[in-house]
Amino acid sequence: MSLRIVVCVKYVPDATGDRHFAEDLTVDRDDVDGLLSELDEYAVEQALQIKEAADDEAEITVLTVGPEDAKDALRKALSMGADKAVHVEDDDLHGTDVMGTSLVLAKAIEKTGYDLVIAGMASTDGTMGVLPAILSERLGVPQVTLLSEVSVADGVVKGRRDGDTASEQLEASLPAVVSVTDQSGEARYPSFKGIMAAKKKPVESLDLDDLDIDADEVGLEGAWTKVDSAAERPARTAGTIVKDEGEGGKQLAEFLAGQKFI
Amino acid sequence: MAEVLVYVDHVDGAVRKPTLELLTLARRVGVPVAVALGPGAEATAATLAEHGAVKVLTADAPEFADYLVVPKVDALQAAYDAVSPAAVLVPSSAEGKEIAARLAVRIESGIITDAIDLESGDEGPVATQSVFAAAFTTKSRISKGTPVITVKPNSAPVEAAPAAGAVEALSVSFSAQATGTKVTARTPRESTGRPELTEAAIVVSGGRGVNGAENFGIIEALADSLGAAVGASRAAVDAGWYPHSNQVGQTGKSVSPQLYIASGISGAIQHRAGMQTSKTIVAINKDAEAPIFDLVDYGVVGDLFEVVPQLTDEVKSRKG
Ligand SMILES: Cc1cc2nc3c(=O)[nH]c(=O)nc-3n(C[C@H](O)[C@H](O)[C@H](O)COP(=O)(O)OP(=O)(O)OC[C@H]3O[C@@H](n4cnc5c(N)ncnc54)[C@H](O)[C@@H]3O)c2cc1C
Ligand SMILES: Nc1ncnc2c1ncn2[C@@H]1O[C@H](COP(=O)(O)O)[C@@H](O)[C@H]1O
Repeated sequence: MSLRIVVCVKYVPDATGDRHFAEDLTVDRDDVDGLLSELDEYAVEQALQIKEAADDEAEITVLTVGPEDAKDALRKALSMGADKAVHVEDDDLHGTDVMGTSLVLAKAIEKTGYDLVIAGMASTDGTMGVLPAILSERLGVPQVTLLSEVSVADGVVKGRRDGDTASEQLEASLPAVVSVTDQSGEARYPSFKGIMAAKKKPVESLDLDDLDIDADEVGLEGAWTKVDSAAERPARTAGTIVKDEGEGGKQLAEFLAGQKFI
Repeated sequence: MAEVLVYVDHVDGAVRKPTLELLTLARRVGVPVAVALGPGAEATAATLAEHGAVKVLTADAPEFADYLVVPKVDALQAAYDAVSPAAVLVPSSAEGKEIAARLAVRIESGIITDAIDLESGDEGPVATQSVFAAAFTTKSRISKGTPVITVKPNSAPVEAAPAAGAVEALSVSFSAQATGTKVTARTPRESTGRPELTEAAIVVSGGRGVNGAENFGIIEALADSLGAAVGASRAAVDAGWYPHSNQVGQTGKSVSPQLYIASGISGAIQHRAGMQTSKTIVAINKDAEAPIFDLVDYGVVGDLFEVVPQLTDEVKSRKG
């Protein structure tokens, strides 16, 4: 039996661009270039390594919920080596929050069929880091999350989770939901061959009807949270900058003393 | 006023500071009822009472330590069912966020993570969040179900507010999912004797400019002279100079101390995401064009190997 891996990837506005909000207080996705979230590249990488360790007895599907442009994220993952892609796209999804997105992802994962779901540690725009746990809850399978090391053998996933107070070794039977951190190992760059091959790989498009989800369960109207205001943080008032001419440390101490830190 | 559930983060009965801050915020939106789980749960009661908990619901079972996250969700849900609170507040640790999120799905509520402030509003609690690497501040609320909100450390002062803090045993029946993910080994993090990074009033961080694990000693010496925690940029962590548990930034810890001192750190957006809400920011960098200088209250353009030791000596002599 071949291992069915679904990797959840998100298309996000470039963090180094000038990110802001649209008038309806959703993330503006038009004015800033988008890309495959860097933190999801680690998820794709671990999927590829698990497949390699299984002597290719695995099939990797990359899945995204997002606008038309989100296909770019899928293409990137396919060019890294994933086998096929699923894109959930629907006008009614605009403004969907994590509760709605997780519902859509869970249904799409079930429809695709899976033994292992792999996600990133957090999206680089929303940075909630909760979606993998929510998927585990919705799918009713174990969560093995925030792993800096992961391996799969004989229907069991193992990994290391470096937490606040301890480092833990975890173990669960498949099917399971995994998320990996940026400590799990550098993601590979797509090769030229990979980029060419990706153009021929299948990308399936699904909408809400295909997943039996009502429009009012998702979108801005259906959202479980409401943003009332978004204000740009006032620019910090320009600080004092001195050039060290041999007394820089002392001048800094003087400043800190003035602020009552010493 | 309605009751508000507060999830307690503690280590063997010692309540961690973010939970006490959470009690301050909880009192703004209702009457705090604390939920403490695992070994030492009952020992948390005295501290929680001092800071405003009217009740402390406790449960202990091997499941809490032997399996990941879900047993705690089962317990928090049992507390939710027992109390019918107006809101559920959880400290924003990695685990705290996962517990809160799973609870939110079960009780069919919206969730807000990483709040930095909380006020009561006409339509329920209003949470302030800092987003896009702290470039924007948003105010949000939950529009469906009972608000579930996780709050970052250093978001509120710890205040004394004596209350009854009566201990009540919580009866928990574990779900089928509870034993899904086994914790087969646990290595506690070694204590450095320095303050906890996310809780510290002062953080002293070093980056690629520190140029070697052996040189982090000068960053540590400055930190120790100020009673500060030590942080590091991802470049320093990736180079193996300092542990990942000390990384500050998007994929490390997010800190919001009174004072942040960055040495040999350029100030990339992902680093800023974890420190930009610090009250006072100071940087030492030999490149006058480094983006970190856009954030500083005070900056020294210079070689950190000259400036930092001089600063450390000066701090020590001023402190006598
Ligand atoms: C998805 C993602 C997540 C990331 N998460 C994080 C994160 O959590 N935290 C994080 O920090 N980064 C993170 N990064 C990396 C980030 O983009 C930067 O690469 C990193 O912050 C750079 O670290 P640095 O400032 O130490 O190094 P550099 O950018 O190389 O800067 C070193 C600085 O030291 C100065 N310097 C050198 N020698 C001296 C000297 N002798 N005296 C004084 N100054 C000197 C230089 O002028 C320079 O400004 C992330 C990146 C990505 C893509
Ligand atoms: N719209 C989406 N489509 C596919 N995967 C997603 C989406 N949003 C979040 N994810 C996955 O969930 C992880 C955590 O996201 P978050 O909880 O939003 O920080 C990401 O790293 C992705 O793997």
